[in-house]
Amino acid sequence: MKKLALISIPLVLILLGLTSYLNLAVAPTEATMGDVQRIFYYHVASGWVGMFCFFVNFVASIWYLWKRSPQSDALAAASAEVGVVFCAMLLLLGTLWARPVWGIWWTWDARLTTTLVLWLIYVSYLILRRFSTSGQTQVLAAAFAVFGFADVPIVYMSIRWFRTQHPSPVIGGGPDSGLAPAIMQTLLINVAAFTLLGLVYIWLSYKLQREEQALEAAHAQAALRGAA
Amino acid sequence: MTTLTLTRATLMKDLRMEWRSKDAINSMLFFALLVVVIFSFAFNPTAEESRHIAGGLIWVAFLFAAVVALNQTWARELRNQVLDAYRVSPAPPNALFLAKAIGNFLFVVILEALMTPLFVIFYELRSVGPLWQLVTIALLGTWALVVNGTFFAALSIRTRSREIMLPLILFPISIPALLGMVDATTSILTGDASPDFWIKMLAVYDIVFTSVCLLLFETVLNAE
Repeated sequence: MKKLALISIPLVLILLGLTSYLNLAVAPTEATMGDVQRIFYYHVASGWVGMFCFFVNFVASIWYLWKRSPQSDALAAASAEVGVVFCAMLLLLGTLWARPVWGIWWTWDARLTTTLVLWLIYVSYLILRRFSTSGQTQVLAAAFAVFGFADVPIVYMSIRWFRTQHPSPVIGGGPDSGLAPAIMQTLLINVAAFTLLGLVYIWLSYKLQREEQALEAAHAQAALRGAA
Repeated sequence: MTTLTLTRATLMKDLRMEWRSKDAINSMLFFALLVVVIFSFAFNPTAEESRHIAGGLIWVAFLFAAVVALNQTWARELRNQVLDAYRVSPAPPNALFLAKAIGNFLFVVILEALMTPLFVIFYELRSVGPLWQLVTIALLGTWALVVNGTFFAALSIRTRSREIMLPLILFPISIPALLGMVDATTSILTGDASPDFWIKMLAVYDIVFTSVCLLLFETVLNAE
Protein backbone atom coordinates (compact mmCIF):
# COMPACT_ATOMS: atom_id res chain seq x y z
CA MET A 1 0.00 0.00 0.00
CA LYS A 2 2.85 2.35 0.90
CA LYS A 3 4.50 1.53 -2.43
CA LEU A 4 1.34 2.48 -4.32
CA ALA A 5 1.28 5.83 -2.53
CA LEU A 6 4.95 6.41 -3.32
CA ILE A 7 4.26 5.91 -7.02
CA SER A 8 0.83 7.48 -7.41
CA ILE A 9 1.26 10.70 -5.44
CA PRO A 10 4.38 11.90 -7.30
CA LEU A 11 2.73 10.84 -10.56
CA VAL A 12 -0.32 13.00 -9.79
CA LEU A 13 1.90 15.94 -8.89
CA ILE A 14 3.87 15.61 -12.13
CA LEU A 15 0.66 15.32 -14.17
CA LEU A 16 -0.88 18.36 -12.48
CA GLY A 17 2.29 20.36 -13.15
CA LEU A 18 2.20 19.26 -16.76
CA THR A 19 -1.47 20.19 -17.17
CA SER A 20 -0.92 23.60 -15.60
CA TYR A 21 1.82 24.23 -18.14
CA LEU A 22 -0.33 22.98 -21.01
CA ASN A 23 -3.44 24.87 -19.93
CA LEU A 24 -1.75 28.19 -19.31
CA ALA A 25 1.08 28.28 -21.80
CA VAL A 26 0.71 25.73 -24.59
CA ALA A 27 -3.00 25.52 -25.41
CA PRO A 28 -4.12 28.03 -28.03
CA THR A 29 -6.05 31.10 -26.89
CA GLU A 30 -9.74 30.73 -27.70
CA ALA A 31 -10.99 33.10 -30.44
CA THR A 32 -13.94 34.83 -28.76
CA MET A 33 -13.46 34.31 -25.02
CA GLY A 34 -9.71 34.79 -24.83
CA ASP A 35 -7.69 33.56 -21.89
CA VAL A 36 -10.74 33.10 -19.67
CA GLN A 37 -11.55 29.98 -21.67
CA ARG A 38 -8.56 28.28 -19.97
CA ILE A 39 -10.73 27.83 -16.88
CA PHE A 40 -12.71 25.36 -19.00
CA TYR A 41 -10.00 22.69 -18.65
CA TYR A 42 -10.14 22.71 -14.86
CA HIS A 43 -13.91 23.18 -14.83
CA VAL A 44 -14.71 20.18 -17.01
CA ALA A 45 -12.09 17.97 -15.35
CA SER A 46 -13.24 18.66 -11.78
CA GLY A 47 -16.89 18.37 -12.85
CA TRP A 48 -16.24 14.94 -14.30
CA VAL A 49 -14.43 13.78 -11.15
CA GLY A 50 -17.20 15.15 -8.91
CA MET A 51 -19.95 13.37 -10.82
CA PHE A 52 -17.87 10.19 -10.93
CA CYS A 53 -17.50 10.34 -7.12
CA PHE A 54 -21.24 10.73 -6.60
CA PHE A 55 -21.85 7.78 -8.86
CA VAL A 56 -19.33 5.70 -6.90
CA ASN A 57 -21.10 6.79 -3.71
CA PHE A 58 -24.44 5.59 -5.08
CA VAL A 59 -23.08 2.20 -6.17
CA ALA A 60 -21.21 1.71 -2.88
CA SER A 61 -24.34 2.65 -0.89
CA ILE A 62 -26.50 0.16 -2.79
CA TRP A 63 -23.78 -2.44 -2.29
CA TYR A 64 -23.74 -1.68 1.44
CA LEU A 65 -27.53 -2.03 1.72
CA TRP A 66 -27.26 -5.36 -0.03
CA LYS A 67 -24.11 -6.94 1.43
CA ARG A 68 -23.47 -4.87 4.59
CA SER A 69 -19.74 -4.87 3.95
CA PRO A 70 -17.82 -2.23 5.93
CA GLN A 71 -15.54 -1.70 2.92
CA SER A 72 -18.38 -0.40 0.76
CA ASP A 73 -19.48 1.94 3.54
CA ALA A 74 -15.95 3.35 3.78
CA LEU A 75 -15.88 3.76 0.00
CA ALA A 76 -19.25 5.55 0.05
CA ALA A 77 -18.06 7.96 2.73
CA ALA A 78 -14.74 8.58 0.98
CA SER A 79 -16.28 9.20 -2.43
CA ALA A 80 -18.92 11.56 -1.03
CA GLU A 81 -16.24 13.65 0.68
CA VAL A 82 -14.09 13.89 -2.42
CA GLY A 83 -17.14 14.49 -4.60
CA VAL A 84 -18.24 17.45 -2.49
CA VAL A 85 -14.77 19.01 -2.82
CA PHE A 86 -14.63 18.60 -6.60
CA CYS A 87 -18.23 19.71 -7.01
CA ALA A 88 -17.45 22.85 -5.00
CA MET A 89 -14.48 23.47 -7.29
CA LEU A 90 -16.71 23.00 -10.31
CA LEU A 91 -19.16 25.61 -9.01
CA LEU A 92 -16.45 28.12 -8.03
CA LEU A 93 -14.60 27.81 -11.35
CA GLY A 94 -17.91 28.13 -13.17
CA THR A 95 -18.74 31.43 -11.48
CA LEU A 96 -15.22 32.74 -12.24
CA TRP A 97 -15.73 31.91 -15.90
CA ALA A 98 -19.33 33.19 -16.05
CA ARG A 99 -18.55 36.67 -14.74
CA PRO A 100 -16.44 37.83 -17.76
CA VAL A 101 -18.23 35.73 -20.38
CA TRP A 102 -21.91 36.06 -19.38
CA GLY A 103 -21.48 39.25 -17.33
CA ILE A 104 -23.01 37.60 -14.26
CA TRP A 105 -21.64 35.38 -11.52
CA TRP A 106 -24.59 33.08 -11.30
CA THR A 107 -27.83 32.24 -13.06
CA TRP A 108 -30.58 29.76 -12.15
CA ASP A 109 -30.02 27.68 -15.21
CA ALA A 110 -30.75 23.92 -15.37
CA ARG A 111 -27.21 22.63 -15.18
CA LEU A 112 -25.99 25.19 -12.64
CA THR A 113 -28.96 24.69 -10.37
CA THR A 114 -28.82 20.91 -10.63
CA THR A 115 -25.14 20.96 -9.71
CA LEU A 116 -25.81 23.26 -6.77
CA VAL A 117 -28.65 21.04 -5.52
CA LEU A 118 -26.45 17.98 -5.99
CA TRP A 119 -23.75 19.67 -3.92
CA LEU A 120 -26.31 20.56 -1.22
CA ILE A 121 -27.59 16.97 -1.11
CA TYR A 122 -24.13 15.53 -0.60
CA VAL A 123 -23.24 18.15 2.01
CA SER A 124 -26.32 17.05 3.94
CA TYR A 125 -25.22 13.45 3.40
CA LEU A 126 -21.92 14.28 5.10
CA ILE A 127 -23.73 16.12 7.91
CA LEU A 128 -25.99 13.09 8.43
CA ARG A 129 -22.95 10.85 8.64
CA ARG A 130 -21.30 13.16 11.12
CA PHE A 131 -24.31 13.49 13.42
CA SER A 132 -25.75 9.99 13.44
CA THR A 133 -25.01 7.76 16.38
CA SER A 134 -22.33 5.20 15.71
CA GLY A 135 -23.49 1.77 14.62
CA GLN A 136 -26.40 3.20 12.63
CA THR A 137 -24.48 5.69 10.51
CA GLN A 138 -23.87 3.27 7.67
CA VAL A 139 -27.48 2.24 7.06
CA LEU A 140 -28.87 5.76 7.48
CA ALA A 141 -26.26 7.22 5.14
CA ALA A 142 -26.77 4.52 2.52
CA ALA A 143 -30.55 5.03 2.59
CA PHE A 144 -30.11 8.77 2.23
CA ALA A 145 -27.70 8.29 -0.68
CA VAL A 146 -30.44 6.45 -2.57
CA PHE A 147 -32.80 9.41 -2.03
CA GLY A 148 -30.13 11.82 -3.19
CA PHE A 149 -29.45 9.90 -6.36
CA ALA A 150 -33.16 9.52 -7.16
CA ASP A 151 -33.60 13.27 -6.73
CA VAL A 152 -31.06 14.39 -9.30
CA PRO A 153 -32.98 13.57 -12.52
CA ILE A 154 -36.14 15.14 -11.06
CA VAL A 155 -34.24 18.31 -10.16
CA TYR A 156 -32.75 18.49 -13.63
CA MET A 157 -36.10 17.91 -15.34
CA SER A 158 -37.93 20.49 -13.26
CA ILE A 159 -35.32 23.21 -13.61
CA ARG A 160 -34.95 22.61 -17.31
CA TRP A 161 -38.57 23.69 -17.52
CA PHE A 162 -37.44 27.20 -16.54
CA ARG A 163 -34.70 28.10 -18.98
CA THR A 164 -31.20 27.13 -19.89
CA GLN A 165 -28.22 29.40 -20.33
CA HIS A 166 -25.32 27.00 -19.87
CA PRO A 167 -23.51 26.24 -23.14
CA SER A 168 -24.86 23.03 -24.62
CA PRO A 169 -22.48 20.07 -24.49
CA VAL A 170 -19.52 20.89 -26.71
CA ILE A 171 -18.68 17.24 -27.23
CA GLY A 172 -21.37 15.27 -29.03
CA GLY A 173 -23.87 18.12 -28.58
CA GLY A 174 -24.98 18.42 -32.22
CA PRO A 175 -23.59 19.20 -35.68
CA ASP A 176 -22.06 22.57 -34.64
CA SER A 177 -20.44 21.24 -31.52
CA GLY A 178 -16.89 20.09 -31.23
CA LEU A 179 -13.55 21.31 -30.00
CA ALA A 180 -10.41 22.33 -31.84
CA PRO A 181 -7.98 19.36 -31.77
CA ALA A 182 -5.42 21.23 -29.62
CA ILE A 183 -8.09 22.14 -27.05
CA MET A 184 -9.45 18.60 -27.10
CA GLN A 185 -6.02 17.11 -26.42
CA THR A 186 -5.38 19.47 -23.53
CA LEU A 187 -8.80 18.67 -22.10
CA LEU A 188 -8.20 14.92 -22.28
CA ILE A 189 -4.85 15.23 -20.47
CA ASN A 190 -6.57 17.37 -17.82
CA VAL A 191 -9.35 14.84 -17.39
CA ALA A 192 -6.78 12.07 -17.01
CA ALA A 193 -4.77 14.03 -14.43
CA PHE A 194 -7.83 15.03 -12.43
CA THR A 195 -9.24 11.50 -12.52
CA LEU A 196 -6.00 10.21 -11.08
CA LEU A 197 -6.03 12.97 -8.47
CA GLY A 198 -9.62 12.09 -7.56
CA LEU A 199 -8.78 8.39 -7.30
CA VAL A 200 -5.80 9.10 -5.04
CA TYR A 201 -7.98 11.30 -2.83
CA ILE A 202 -10.71 8.65 -2.64
CA TRP A 203 -8.14 6.01 -1.85
CA LEU A 204 -6.50 8.06 0.95
CA SER A 205 -9.88 8.98 2.38
CA TYR A 206 -10.95 5.33 2.14
CA LYS A 207 -7.88 4.22 4.12
CA LEU A 208 -8.70 6.83 6.74
CA GLN A 209 -12.31 5.62 6.95
CA ARG A 210 -11.09 2.04 7.39
CA GLU A 211 -8.73 3.13 10.17
CA GLU A 212 -11.63 4.90 11.88
CA GLN A 213 -13.79 1.78 11.56
CA ALA A 214 -11.00 -0.31 13.11
CA LEU A 215 -10.59 2.20 15.92
CA GLU A 216 -14.32 2.21 16.60
CA ALA A 217 -14.40 -1.60 16.68
CA ALA A 218 -11.43 -1.62 19.06
CA HIS A 219 -13.21 0.85 21.34
CA ALA A 220 -16.34 -1.31 21.30
CA GLN A 221 -14.26 -4.39 22.15
CA ALA A 222 -12.54 -2.56 24.99
CA ALA A 223 -15.88 -1.40 26.35
CA LEU A 224 -17.19 -4.97 26.24
CA ARG A 225 -14.13 -6.26 28.10
CA GLY A 226 -14.49 -3.48 30.64
CA ALA A 227 -18.14 -4.33 31.19
CA ALA A 228 -17.47 -8.04 31.62
CA MET B 1 -53.07 -9.00 10.56
CA THR B 2 -52.74 -7.51 7.13
CA THR B 3 -50.88 -4.33 6.28
CA LEU B 4 -54.15 -2.52 5.79
CA THR B 5 -55.65 -3.29 9.20
CA LEU B 6 -52.32 -2.48 10.89
CA THR B 7 -52.02 0.79 9.03
CA ARG B 8 -55.54 1.71 10.05
CA ALA B 9 -55.00 0.74 13.68
CA THR B 10 -51.79 2.78 13.96
CA LEU B 11 -53.31 5.70 12.13
CA MET B 12 -56.41 5.73 14.35
CA LYS B 13 -54.21 5.56 17.45
CA ASP B 14 -52.15 8.54 16.25
CA LEU B 15 -55.23 10.52 15.28
CA ARG B 16 -56.86 9.83 18.66
CA MET B 17 -53.73 10.88 20.50
CA GLU B 18 -53.50 14.02 18.41
CA TRP B 19 -57.19 14.74 18.93
CA ARG B 20 -56.72 14.56 22.70
CA SER B 21 -53.45 16.44 22.98
CA LYS B 22 -53.53 18.63 19.83
CA ASP B 23 -49.77 19.05 20.28
CA ALA B 24 -48.70 18.86 16.66
CA ILE B 25 -51.56 20.77 15.11
CA ASN B 26 -51.47 23.61 17.63
CA SER B 27 -47.73 24.17 17.37
CA MET B 28 -47.92 23.97 13.57
CA LEU B 29 -50.80 26.41 13.40
CA PHE B 30 -49.17 28.96 15.65
CA PHE B 31 -45.86 28.60 13.85
CA ALA B 32 -47.49 29.11 10.45
CA LEU B 33 -49.40 32.10 11.79
CA LEU B 34 -46.14 33.65 12.96
CA VAL B 35 -44.54 33.07 9.58
CA VAL B 36 -47.49 34.66 7.79
CA VAL B 37 -47.34 37.74 10.01
CA ILE B 38 -43.55 38.08 9.77
CA PHE B 39 -43.57 37.70 5.97
CA SER B 40 -46.30 40.28 5.78
CA PHE B 41 -44.15 42.76 7.71
CA ALA B 42 -41.02 41.83 5.81
CA PHE B 43 -42.45 42.23 2.29
CA ASN B 44 -45.48 44.49 2.82
CA PRO B 45 -46.78 43.74 -0.69
CA THR B 46 -49.55 45.36 -2.69
CA ALA B 47 -52.36 43.14 -3.99
CA GLU B 48 -50.71 42.82 -7.40
CA GLU B 49 -47.27 42.03 -5.97
CA SER B 50 -48.64 39.53 -3.51
CA ARG B 51 -50.23 37.56 -6.33
CA HIS B 52 -46.70 37.00 -7.67
CA ILE B 53 -44.99 36.16 -4.39
CA ALA B 54 -47.83 34.41 -2.52
CA GLY B 55 -47.03 30.99 -4.03
CA GLY B 56 -43.57 31.14 -2.52
CA LEU B 57 -44.69 32.55 0.82
CA ILE B 58 -47.49 30.04 1.32
CA TRP B 59 -45.38 26.98 0.57
CA VAL B 60 -42.36 28.13 2.54
CA ALA B 61 -44.65 28.77 5.52
CA PHE B 62 -46.27 25.34 5.16
CA LEU B 63 -42.90 23.63 4.71
CA PHE B 64 -41.52 25.20 7.89
CA ALA B 65 -44.70 24.39 9.78
CA ALA B 66 -44.75 20.80 8.50
CA VAL B 67 -41.25 20.28 9.92
CA VAL B 68 -42.65 21.05 13.36
CA ALA B 69 -45.14 18.19 13.06
CA LEU B 70 -42.73 15.84 11.30
CA ASN B 71 -40.22 16.19 14.11
CA GLN B 72 -42.80 14.86 16.55
CA THR B 73 -43.70 11.86 14.38
CA TRP B 74 -41.49 9.28 16.00
CA ALA B 75 -40.70 10.98 19.30
CA ARG B 76 -43.63 9.43 21.14
CA GLU B 77 -42.74 5.97 19.86
CA LEU B 78 -39.32 6.22 21.49
CA ARG B 79 -40.82 6.44 24.95
CA ASN B 80 -41.44 2.98 26.44
CA GLN B 81 -39.42 1.45 23.59
CA VAL B 82 -42.43 1.20 21.29
CA LEU B 83 -40.19 1.11 18.22
CA ASP B 84 -38.18 -1.77 19.65
CA ALA B 85 -41.39 -3.65 20.36
CA TYR B 86 -42.53 -2.99 16.82
CA ARG B 87 -39.22 -4.25 15.50
CA VAL B 88 -39.51 -7.65 17.21
CA SER B 89 -43.17 -8.06 16.31
CA PRO B 90 -44.04 -9.73 12.99
CA ALA B 91 -45.96 -6.64 11.87
CA PRO B 92 -44.91 -5.33 8.44
CA PRO B 93 -42.80 -2.16 8.92
CA ASN B 94 -44.38 -0.45 5.94
CA ALA B 95 -47.75 -0.49 7.70
CA LEU B 96 -46.21 1.63 10.44
CA PHE B 97 -44.58 3.93 7.92
CA LEU B 98 -47.75 4.40 5.89
CA ALA B 99 -49.80 5.13 9.02
CA LYS B 100 -47.30 7.78 10.12
CA ALA B 101 -47.10 9.32 6.65
CA ILE B 102 -50.89 9.42 6.24
CA GLY B 103 -51.25 10.89 9.74
CA ASN B 104 -48.77 13.64 8.96
CA PHE B 105 -50.46 14.22 5.62
CA LEU B 106 -53.80 14.75 7.36
CA PHE B 107 -52.26 17.13 9.91
CA VAL B 108 -50.60 19.25 7.24
CA VAL B 109 -53.72 19.27 5.03
CA ILE B 110 -55.79 20.47 8.00
CA LEU B 111 -53.18 23.13 8.66
CA GLU B 112 -53.35 24.26 5.03
CA ALA B 113 -57.12 24.37 5.07
CA LEU B 114 -57.09 26.55 8.17
CA MET B 115 -54.24 28.83 7.12
CA THR B 116 -55.21 29.50 3.50
CA PRO B 117 -58.10 31.85 4.42
CA LEU B 118 -55.66 33.85 6.56
CA PHE B 119 -53.29 34.17 3.63
CA VAL B 120 -56.14 35.34 1.44
CA ILE B 121 -57.08 38.01 3.99
CA PHE B 122 -53.58 39.23 4.86
CA TYR B 123 -52.32 39.35 1.27
CA GLU B 124 -55.57 40.35 -0.47
CA LEU B 125 -55.27 37.37 -2.78
CA ARG B 126 -57.56 36.98 -5.76
CA SER B 127 -56.85 34.26 -8.26
CA VAL B 128 -56.90 34.79 -12.00
CA GLY B 129 -56.51 31.14 -13.00
CA PRO B 130 -58.69 28.10 -12.15
CA LEU B 131 -58.71 27.60 -8.38
CA TRP B 132 -59.65 23.93 -8.31
CA GLN B 133 -56.22 23.05 -9.68
CA LEU B 134 -54.72 24.47 -6.49
CA VAL B 135 -56.35 21.60 -4.60
CA THR B 136 -54.58 19.02 -6.80
CA ILE B 137 -51.27 20.83 -6.33
CA ALA B 138 -51.77 21.10 -2.58
CA LEU B 139 -52.55 17.40 -2.21
CA LEU B 140 -49.69 16.19 -4.42
CA GLY B 141 -47.24 18.68 -2.98
CA THR B 142 -48.16 17.97 0.63
CA TRP B 143 -47.72 14.25 0.09
CA ALA B 144 -44.33 14.95 -1.52
CA LEU B 145 -43.16 16.85 1.57
CA VAL B 146 -44.73 14.51 4.08
CA VAL B 147 -43.66 11.14 2.67
CA ASN B 148 -39.99 12.13 2.60
CA GLY B 149 -40.37 14.08 5.82
CA THR B 150 -41.75 11.05 7.68
CA PHE B 151 -38.92 8.91 6.38
CA PHE B 152 -36.22 11.44 7.18
CA ALA B 153 -37.70 11.97 10.64
CA ALA B 154 -37.06 8.26 11.18
CA LEU B 155 -33.45 8.88 10.12
CA SER B 156 -33.00 11.97 12.24
CA ILE B 157 -34.28 10.44 15.50
CA ARG B 158 -31.14 8.29 15.43
CA THR B 159 -28.85 11.29 15.28
CA ARG B 160 -27.53 13.75 17.79
CA SER B 161 -29.38 17.10 17.74
CA ARG B 162 -32.29 15.39 16.00
CA GLU B 163 -34.61 18.43 15.79
CA ILE B 164 -32.18 20.38 13.63
CA MET B 165 -31.19 17.35 11.55
CA LEU B 166 -34.56 16.90 9.84
CA PRO B 167 -34.64 20.18 7.87
CA LEU B 168 -30.97 19.77 6.97
CA ILE B 169 -31.63 16.51 5.15
CA LEU B 170 -35.23 17.14 4.06
CA PHE B 171 -34.87 20.53 2.36
CA PRO B 172 -32.23 19.64 -0.27
CA ILE B 173 -34.20 16.58 -1.41
CA SER B 174 -37.47 18.57 -1.43
CA ILE B 175 -36.18 21.36 -3.66
CA PRO B 176 -37.82 20.08 -6.88
CA ALA B 177 -41.14 19.46 -5.11
CA LEU B 178 -41.08 22.91 -3.55
CA LEU B 179 -40.17 24.48 -6.87
CA GLY B 180 -43.07 22.69 -8.53
CA MET B 181 -45.56 23.72 -5.84
CA VAL B 182 -44.44 27.35 -5.83
CA ASP B 183 -44.34 27.75 -9.59
CA ALA B 184 -47.64 25.95 -10.16
CA THR B 185 -49.37 28.06 -7.49
CA THR B 186 -47.96 31.28 -8.90
CA SER B 187 -48.97 30.39 -12.44
CA ILE B 188 -52.54 29.72 -11.28
CA LEU B 189 -52.78 32.89 -9.17
CA THR B 190 -51.45 35.10 -11.95
CA GLY B 191 -53.09 33.10 -14.74
CA ASP B 192 -49.88 33.48 -16.80
CA ALA B 193 -49.11 29.85 -17.52
CA SER B 194 -50.55 26.37 -17.27
CA PRO B 195 -49.51 24.36 -14.21
CA ASP B 196 -49.93 21.05 -16.07
CA PHE B 197 -46.20 20.30 -16.29
CA TRP B 198 -45.77 20.84 -12.56
CA ILE B 199 -48.74 18.65 -11.67
CA LYS B 200 -47.21 15.83 -13.69
CA MET B 201 -43.80 16.48 -12.16
CA LEU B 202 -45.22 16.37 -8.63
CA ALA B 203 -47.02 13.12 -9.44
CA VAL B 204 -43.75 11.59 -10.67
CA TYR B 205 -41.94 12.87 -7.58
CA ASP B 206 -44.62 11.34 -5.34
CA ILE B 207 -44.48 7.96 -7.07
CA VAL B 208 -40.67 7.80 -7.10
CA PHE B 209 -40.17 8.78 -3.48
CA THR B 210 -43.09 6.82 -2.07
CA SER B 211 -41.55 3.73 -3.69
CA VAL B 212 -38.07 4.52 -2.35
CA CYS B 213 -39.48 5.10 1.15
CA LEU B 214 -41.42 1.83 1.15
CA LEU B 215 -38.37 -0.04 -0.18
CA LEU B 216 -35.99 1.30 2.44
CA PHE B 217 -38.12 1.81 5.55
CA GLU B 218 -37.65 -1.71 6.89
CA THR B 219 -33.86 -1.35 6.56
CA VAL B 220 -33.89 1.94 8.43
CA LEU B 221 -36.24 0.71 11.16
CA ASN B 222 -33.96 -2.25 11.82
CA ALA B 223 -30.71 -0.27 11.62
CA GLU B 224 -28.59 -1.11 14.60
